[in-house]
Amino acid sequence: MKQIIDFKLVEKQDFGRSVLLRLRTERDLPEILPGQFVQVRVDGSPSTYLRRPISIHDVDFQNHEITLLVQQIGEGTRHLAAAEKDDIINIILPLGNGFSLPEKGEKCLLVGGGIGIAPLYYFAKVLNEKGIRPTLLLGGKTETDLLRLTDYQQLGETFVTTEDGSLGEKGFVTMHSIWQQQSFDKIYVCGPKPMMKSVAKLAAEKDVRCEVSLENLMACGLGACLCCVEDTVDGHVCVCKEGPVFNTRRLKW
Amino acid sequence: MTIDLGCGLVLRNPVMTASGTFGYGEEYTDFVDLAQLGGIIVKGTTLHPREGNPYPRMAETPSGMLNCVGLQNKGVQYFIDTIYPRIKDYDTNVLLNLSGSTLEDYVKGAEMVDALEKIPAIELNVSCPNVKQGGMAFGVTTTGISQVVSEVRKVYHKHLMVKLSPNVTNIAEIAMAAEAAGADSVSLINTLMGMAIDAEKRKPKLSVITGGLSGACVKPVALRMVWQVVKAVKIPVVGLGGISNANDAVEFMLAGASAIEIGTANFIDPAISAKVAWGINEYCERHGFQKATDLIGALEC
Repeated sequence: MKQIIDFKLVEKQDFGRSVLLRLRTERDLPEILPGQFVQVRVDGSPSTYLRRPISIHDVDFQNHEITLLVQQIGEGTRHLAAAEKDDIINIILPLGNGFSLPEKGEKCLLVGGGIGIAPLYYFAKVLNEKGIRPTLLLGGKTETDLLRLTDYQQLGETFVTTEDGSLGEKGFVTMHSIWQQQSFDKIYVCGPKPMMKSVAKLAAEKDVRCEVSLENLMACGLGACLCCVEDTVDGHVCVCKEGPVFNTRRLKW
Repeated sequence: MTIDLGCGLVLRNPVMTASGTFGYGEEYTDFVDLAQLGGIIVKGTTLHPREGNPYPRMAETPSGMLNCVGLQNKGVQYFIDTIYPRIKDYDTNVLLNLSGSTLEDYVKGAEMVDALEKIPAIELNVSCPNVKQGGMAFGVTTTGISQVVSEVRKVYHKHLMVKLSPNVTNIAEIAMAAEAAGADSVSLINTLMGMAIDAEKRKPKLSVITGGLSGACVKPVALRMVWQVVKAVKIPVVGLGGISNANDAVEFMLAGASAIEIGTANFIDPAISAKVAWGINEYCERHGFQKATDLIGALEC
């Protein structure tokens, strides 16, 4: 069941352009699946009227905590990143549908680009809990884009690309040598749309099932306003309600 | 708190949710007990299915937003077959917002909805700014509105509410034409036509360039128009436009609105509609009004 919850900011880590917000509530958290997202109300910013959809980076059910990784893109996210410890942040969760879980024994690759790596952390954690060790391929413009890299490395074999070559292989995730060296049963992607389209194309060539997490502009986040639509084989569908995770076969890419 | 809008439409309280901002109610049942509302007005529906406009359909603006959804819906028949059975037993009034691009479409759609026992009213949308033939052509002239309302009136026997466009020179004249053609009530305002540009990219932010402005920023305009229309017609007026809390709702009622609709505010607080209903009650108690109807037109000028 979707809930509106006032969370308290208990920890903030500054990564420059991005911040990590660890948020706690007294209440029991509802079930939250990897790939689902939250709608965050941004208080005290006159030019920010709507909530901001943010992916879920991590969940700690025992301590009633969620963690968000927020990149400062515009006024709303800049304001959110300026929140201080003990500030109250109003959040609607959980929204949308998560990644589909692989079958046991299936080899899966999680591909993240830029801030798109955020939801893959919680996903990789849940996969580990289910006895599936994923392979991760994370890309950024430069070394500092690859936030919490050592934490990701705990959850599976992790490969890296940077556009400037400062870490891992130089170039885009689609250019990494892993594509020649290994094969996978399922590929999950979150990142900028052009990057997701390139990975989807690679996956299609290899005839591997591929899921992508979209981040179209949203207003309500509940499937009511019909603003965030994506063109699919079933026509225009709401990314917030039928996504944000889609099997690429359903998309008209 | 009961509000009788006439011709069989009786609301438990003055609060309804505006078309296009509350889905079919189902999207909000985690947050709102629908029995706390006077009514819900479901998404704009046309006789034939519509895919709507391409993405992007939304741009945030100071204290508001622009949208150009373009009446995406699966048509009246789909509503009757698939959605109506799911929502007909809600413990609140379910109104259907009906739109069209031709006179024949409006009439045929209204005829089909007339047969639905649990839909006590149509909100006739003659004011969608986002499609080329989205009814706004009917809604911006007195002759256009007379024509569509009188034709629909012939086939529709329940409460006929007509939703007015603010994109006109004299909204009172349009309201009077709707009244003369047989409307049981008018609701206003639909969105104001606007535009947003991404200066960095030198491109419009919306796929079809212009869209409808809604949210807190339109409230003063809506309030003024409601006040003007209330003075011009005898039928009940339903006020909407930027209502974000109970105080806003009370302002519309003081200006003469018999009921109100909550629109864009549902996106920011999905529980706001029930809170507003409660807050109007609280206002009445605090100011010694016996019932919500005593607020209607109680503005002291």
